[in-house]
Amino acid sequence: MSLQDQTTLRIVLYEGDGSQPLEAPGRFAAMTALLEKGFAVTRAAAAGAPARADRSSLLVLGQFIGGKPPQAEDAAGEVSIRFQDITGFDAARIAESVESARALTSAVKQGDWKPWFPVIDYDRCTNCMQCLSFCLFGVYGVDDGQKIQVQNNDNCKTNCPACSRVCPEAAIMFPKYKAGPINGDVVSDSDLNREKMKVDISALLGGDVYSMLRERSEKAQSRFSKERDADKALKERQKCLVKLAQAGDIPAEVLMSLPSPDEIMRRAEEAKAKGQAALAMQKQTS
Amino acid sequence: MTTPPRILYCHCNYAQVVPKEVKEAVLKKLCESGVAFEAVADLCEMSARRDPALQRLAEGGTVKIAACFPRAVKWLFAAAQAPLPADGAEVINMRVQTAEEVSAALFSEELKPNLPKGKAAPADAPSVQPETAAAT
Repeated sequence: MSLQDQTTLRIVLYEGDGSQPLEAPGRFAAMTALLEKGFAVTRAAAAGAPARADRSSLLVLGQFIGGKPPQAEDAAGEVSIRFQDITGFDAARIAESVESARALTSAVKQGDWKPWFPVIDYDRCTNCMQCLSFCLFGVYGVDDGQKIQVQNNDNCKTNCPACSRVCPEAAIMFPKYKAGPINGDVVSDSDLNREKMKVDISALLGGDVYSMLRERSEKAQSRFSKERDADKALKERQKCLVKLAQAGDIPAEVLMSLPSPDEIMRRAEEAKAKGQAALAMQKQTS
Repeated sequence: MTTPPRILYCHCNYAQVVPKEVKEAVLKKLCESGVAFEAVADLCEMSARRDPALQRLAEGGTVKIAACFPRAVKWLFAAAQAPLPADGAEVINMRVQTAEEVSAALFSEELKPNLPKGKAAPADAPSVQPETAAAT
C-alpha cells in the first residue's frame, strides 16, 4: 500500500460541555505521550477551528461526566468517530488506550518509516533533471508536463542528502538535515557557489565514477575466483565508494546497501536515460 | 470581528533537529493556554502521506505554524498539494528561535506572513501521479 493510501487515526482532546477539563500538566503529559507515538492531536477549545478529519478515523478523548461521551456522528458518514473516556488515566494509559483503539481500525501505525525524503523548492528548481539522472533509487520522476517531482519518497535512503548536493540551484531540501541550506534555511550566494562546486561528483573523483565502477567490474570478472570472494568484493566496493561518500555526504550504510557495481551501473544508466528523455520531451513541448 | 490565526504545532518526532527543550516549552505553553490548536507528530510525515488535514489547515484562513524553516514548511505543504496562503501563513522556527520567542509569536494577535515569495500556486507544483507512488 502506498504511503498516500494509508489512513491515520486523528485524536481530538475534548474538554467542552459534558466533560471535565484536564489540568494543564496532565494535558501536556497526554499530548506529549500521544505525539511521541506519532498521533496528531487536536485540542478543541472555544476559539479556533480544527482541521477536518478527512480520510481519518477520529478518536475523541475526554473526561466525560459520568463516563458518558456526547453523541456525535459524521453527517456525511465519511469519518468513523469513536469515544474514549480517560477519567483517571495517566498519560501512559491514555497513549496505551489510543494505541489499542488504533489497532481496531485500519489506521496505520505511525513511526514505522522515518520521513526522510527530498522536498523540492520550485521557486529555485530549473527542471534541469540532474537529480533524476543522479538518484539510483528511483525517488524522482516527471509528471505529465515533464516537470520534476518526488514520486517515490519512501525509496529514499535515510540520512542520505546526496541528490541535494548535485542540485546546481540548491533547490532540494531535506528538512531533517542538520545544516543549511539543505535543511530549508535561506540559500546564500556562498551556499550556491559551494553547491555549484559539487555539481559533478564524478569530476571531483577525477573521472566518471560509473566508468570507474565499470572498469573495476570488468577487472573483477577476469580475476581468479579466489579473488572474488565476498570479503574482497566488499572491500572493493568500500574503496571505490569512499570518495563518493565524502563528496556527497552519503552515509556509509547507504553505500554499503548498494548492489553490485554492475547493478549500480545499470541503475545509473537507467536514471540518466530517464533524465535525458525528460529533457528531450521538454524541448519538444517548448 | 476577525478570526484569530489558527495554531499548528509540529513535534518533529522522527529527528532530533529541533531542540527538545524548545519543543517542550512551546507545547507546555500551548497546553496551559485556553486556545485551540493542532499538534502534529511530524509535518514531514504528513507531507509524505499527503495527509488531507494539511489541505484543511492550509485552506482554513490564516495560520501560525511552529515548526522549522519557512522555506521547508512552504514546500512540505506544496508537496502535499496543500499550498499555504502566501500572505496568510507565518512559520515560527523552533530550530533557531527560543521557546520564549516562539510562544510570543504564536500568541501574538498579529500575523507576520513570512513564507518565501515565489510561485506557490498549485499549478506550479507537479501534478500528482498516484499510480507511480511507491509501495511500502
